[in-house]
Amino acid sequence: MIVEIGHFALILALFVAALQGTLSMIGTHRRDASLMAIAAPAALVQLALVMLSFAALTWAFVTSDFSVLNVAQNSHTAKPMLYKISGVWGNHEGSMLLWALVLALYGGAIAAFGNNLRPSLKVRVLGVQALIATGILAFVLLTSNPFLRLSPAPVNGNGLNPLLQDPGLAFHPPLLYLGYVGLSITFSFAVAALIEGRVDTAWARWVRPWTLAAWGFLTAGIVLGSWWAYYELGWGGWWFWDPVENASFMPWLAATALLHSAIVSEKRDTLKSWTIFLAIIAFALSLLGTFLVRSGVITSVHAFASDPTRGVFILLLLVVTIGGAFALFAWRGPSLKGSGLFQPISREGGLLLNNFLLMVAAASILLGTLYPLFIDVLELGKVSVGAPYFESVFIPMMIPMILVMGIAPFLKWKRGNISSASGQLKIAAMITVIGGGLSWLIIDRANALAAFGIALAIWLFVATLIELAGRVKLFRVPFSDSIKRLLRQPRASWGMTLAHAGLAIAIAGMTASSAWRVEKIQVMKFGDSVDVAGYTYTLNSVNEFLGPNYKATRGRFSVTRGDSFSLVLQPEKRVYSTRGMSTTEAAIHPTFLGDLYAVVGDRDKKSGGYITRLYFNPLVPWMWAGSLIMVLGAGISLSDRRHRIGAPAKSKIVPRGAPAE
Amino acid sequence: MNRLMYYVPLVLLGILAVYFSAGLGRNPATLESVLINQQVPEFSLPPIEGSSKGIAKVDLKDQVVLVNIFGSWCKACWIEHPFLIDLKEKGVVPVYGINWRESNRQAGPRWLKKFGDPYTLIGDDPKSKGAIAFGVSGAPETFFVNKHGIIRYKHMGPITEQNWNDTLKPILEALRKE
Amino acid sequence: MKQLFLILAIFLLPLAANAVNPGEILKDPVLEKRARAISKGLRCVVCQNQSIDDSDAQLARDLRVLVREQLVAGDSDQAVVDYVVSRYGDFVLLRPPVKAATLVLWFGPVVIALIGAMGLVLFFRRQKRYAAEINKEVGE
Repeated sequence: MIVEIGHFALILALFVAALQGTLSMIGTHRRDASLMAIAAPAALVQLALVMLSFAALTWAFVTSDFSVLNVAQNSHTAKPMLYKISGVWGNHEGSMLLWALVLALYGGAIAAFGNNLRPSLKVRVLGVQALIATGILAFVLLTSNPFLRLSPAPVNGNGLNPLLQDPGLAFHPPLLYLGYVGLSITFSFAVAALIEGRVDTAWARWVRPWTLAAWGFLTAGIVLGSWWAYYELGWGGWWFWDPVENASFMPWLAATALLHSAIVSEKRDTLKSWTIFLAIIAFALSLLGTFLVRSGVITSVHAFASDPTRGVFILLLLVVTIGGAFALFAWRGPSLKGSGLFQPISREGGLLLNNFLLMVAAASILLGTLYPLFIDVLELGKVSVGAPYFESVFIPMMIPMILVMGIAPFLKWKRGNISSASGQLKIAAMITVIGGGLSWLIIDRANALAAFGIALAIWLFVATLIELAGRVKLFRVPFSDSIKRLLRQPRASWGMTLAHAGLAIAIAGMTASSAWRVEKIQVMKFGDSVDVAGYTYTLNSVNEFLGPNYKATRGRFSVTRGDSFSLVLQPEKRVYSTRGMSTTEAAIHPTFLGDLYAVVGDRDKKSGGYITRLYFNPLVPWMWAGSLIMVLGAGISLSDRRHRIGAPAKSKIVPRGAPAE
Repeated sequence: MNRLMYYVPLVLLGILAVYFSAGLGRNPATLESVLINQQVPEFSLPPIEGSSKGIAKVDLKDQVVLVNIFGSWCKACWIEHPFLIDLKEKGVVPVYGINWRESNRQAGPRWLKKFGDPYTLIGDDPKSKGAIAFGVSGAPETFFVNKHGIIRYKHMGPITEQNWNDTLKPILEALRKE
Repeated sequence: MKQLFLILAIFLLPLAANAVNPGEILKDPVLEKRARAISKGLRCVVCQNQSIDDSDAQLARDLRVLVREQLVAGDSDQAVVDYVVSRYGDFVLLRPPVKAATLVLWFGPVVIALIGAMGLVLFFRRQKRYAAEINKEVGE
């Protein structure tokens, strides 16, 4: 019964969305206030209905209602409750329902919190959002309905893929969707602005918090996915340039570019058509990602079961939505002239360069991801594009970007002057060279590239902090004054400092863990010891036992280092009952300088010992910490009161030394 | 000129859409053989247990043969098995088998004894040497070799009555004329 | 076709661990290093998106062994790679080869960057012209 209610609620939501979309567009076109008044309530009703629908599906999973086909295919009574719930979105149909939910959530948020928006803009945004929702809801109901019944209902379900039975992965899709589905709102803003024919600084200011929110969630979602891969896949890798990973990374790059471009548009009334373009592209990349994962045109570890009919529908959705937006862009774009002028060497110039590098990188990744498809369709054979290509293309583009990221915050708007900042930059450069040189000398003289990567990270970190120090006039005024200035910095500037510093820390982690990983693979018998990067691992014992839905082999290592450090690591290898799949659960112990990482493998029949894989992964915790700091930065920036204040108060005097953002 | 630039994204999207729709019908995972129209690669496999002769490249000449990659673990091979037996009984074309990746020396022979042996010659391939030589990525796969030892066609998946009549038999007849 | 997927699915058990087994490791560390490097560049054709170094699939394992055997026999890195490519095609290379069909792939990013750079140059030029016009108006 509840399932039927959920199904019906979804159908209703589709109708509400369709009405909301069409009436909003008609209403704003005709300036009909009564039609326009429907938009916000409709958005809230739509949200309520989709939430109801989602709750019904969750109920079916929680109660293990195997008369629902989706539950029967993806759940099992033996699964722990957390994974019964995460099973709701761990499959194609359920995850599309989540997609629709997040879409409705952002629409509802605009309806509820967007009271400072220009009314016609607000209604148009809700209208566009509703039109997208209509498409997605239709897709769910027509091709991916999670509420289909199964008769007769089986006694038990097929169980979820054991790889997905994991806390990290349980939260990965929701966060990811809050990210790239959130880009639908910035898209709606862009299309609404194009229809209105008006992109002004107010628009750019209103777009920013939504972009920040989506970006923050997307960053968290991507990092969570990487973290999961790191501890689950059993050897410490965290990024594989898999097409589906790329599908979430490209929107992230575009969203980062959008964030920065919107700042320029807001402050200087320029780069308007570029910002609009970015907003469209970011969501286009999100839709493209959805298409790639579910249509089967690209091979990937992540892909859901591929189904061409679904692919056709999503492709149509993509073409209509993005094609419509691009058509509007072609029509209105030329009239979006800005008034702000700036020199190439200026804050705007730095941000523009940042955009340029980010988007060239995104385009290159897109090229590499889609190339196998192009070649195949053109019957030129089969080519595969893997990590080596992406690394050789992406990394060189990031080098100038990181360099510029250190410099740009020092530049003034409109006409920057490098020489005024050169003193501070010289200090940063010196520290960078010393730091990079030291890491090269001390750690690994064979790997100059790695030392260079560390140097870049140091550069970004130091330059960011020195810039902050400059703003609070550290060492130039009494320390307590500096502290006062620090606390008075606008939150948005804290966001910048934290995000850039966090990125620097993450880059250090990425460089070190890729370049200086220590790996020891061998067969160990009980009592054997192996040295890994100064730590001594001794295999004490291996036991077998039964878990809730698996059989496990658990190894016990005691790890020591000199006299002071001592630890027990217990990695496992599991075989799951329903699908016969096996997973490795590595034992990981983070330290400040890296992770101790142990994996126990199969028994070696000849010697009676066990295959063990022992790793030291340098600076990996820095990757996670740095990324969290970035997300924190987004959050703090979001909490800036200026985002919630209404129309710009024209009488506000901008204080001298206004902080750069 | 400037105005036209604003149309570029739309045009690019259109081109992409064309590629995507073309791509929807295709399967990115199938690996067409690069050995088509090439000589059979060098390989030599020992006999399976209970047999005295294996297979090597030298055996693949003078007549049209099929080389079939199979294993007792391979469920789809079970599907095509009766058809291969039929081919042998009717003397249509000799089928040479490569017994791929069995877990022990008895598994293959036992399976053949139980379900029938459609192969004229069989090679034991526990370490995939033969399979790799043929660029095999799954089982069953069947290669059509003409009397000059040139591979003319690779069929992936089980051979059934339908695909035999529709596609494979005509290929076989064409090969006989070479 | 569906059956083929079933078969391929059997090989999709990997993802269990970075897959080199102690028994495969060569005694000569130089050769082993070469073997690892080569393996990292070869795609596991029965997996979705892994190298034979990462995959636990049986075919991946056999290919790893084959690579090592050929290195021990004295083949160069290129010869080993060429052998595998001659069997499976360019698809097996994770780093796509530079040839006519992949020129767009390898030079694409550079071309995109150049086009973008040109766009930037044109943008700043337009800005300058606009600024000059304004100055002229102001001056008049």
